[in-house]
Amino acid sequence: MADMRTPLSRVIGLGSAKSGAHHFWLQRVTAAANVPLALFLIASLVALSGADYLTVRTYLGHPLAVIALLALILSGVWHMRLGMQVIIEDYVIAEGLKTLSLLLNIFFSAAIGIACIYAALKIGFGS
Amino acid sequence: MAEPRQAARPLSPHLQIYRLTVTMVMSIVHRITGAGLYAGTLLLAWWLVALASGPEAYAVFEGFIGSWFGRLVLFGYTWALIHHMLGGIRHFVWDFGKGFEIGTANLMAWGTILGSVALTVLVWIAGYAMMGAL
Repeated sequence: MADMRTPLSRVIGLGSAKSGAHHFWLQRVTAAANVPLALFLIASLVALSGADYLTVRTYLGHPLAVIALLALILSGVWHMRLGMQVIIEDYVIAEGLKTLSLLLNIFFSAAIGIACIYAALKIGFGS
Repeated sequence: MAEPRQAARPLSPHLQIYRLTVTMVMSIVHRITGAGLYAGTLLLAWWLVALASGPEAYAVFEGFIGSWFGRLVLFGYTWALIHHMLGGIRHFVWDFGKGFEIGTANLMAWGTILGSVALTVLVWIAGYAMMGAL
């Protein structure tokens, strides 16, 4: 009996990475966002050099600074998770170790993201 | 299937065969700086969490970042961030289908490394000039 499936439907998802364009696109979206956000971070670090605790707290506690920080954290953490995923897929060959590495990559990125978001919110709400 | 392959099969040429080109080195450095920034987020998280925790926790962070080793790490982080950013902008140019000519690609690669070093030094000069200004 003739196979009614198209050649595309038979091969889709069978590549080593299982997907691709979405990863590529999100890497570019977060990269574009990271440019102004990283510039904000660098400018802030320059402005805050040698500043004491209260000054830094007041500066980063401004609503606009908190919003920029949150955007930087979200976009940055997402970008680095995607980037590290590619590095792992390139160099870690053994299937089990690769899966474990990909899992740890997600956990590390999530942990950094959650910690930074909580800290930024606490700084912003001033408690 | 059970027999191990005996024939000495030709291998494709790899890193040690090719002459180093600046675009190739910048590609590798882009990945290395990316991995470095990945680890560097620990520093960012430490900074923000310490700031949110209170003056005592922040003093511990300040003690580290103010030391020569801390400053070295922060300098490296600044350079990695700027280098990765310039490298990323280079990738955006390629994404638009431009800049693939050998001359242009080499120029952008040199611009990435020289620009990142120059901008990092400028940022640090600005940082020291702003010391305690706020």
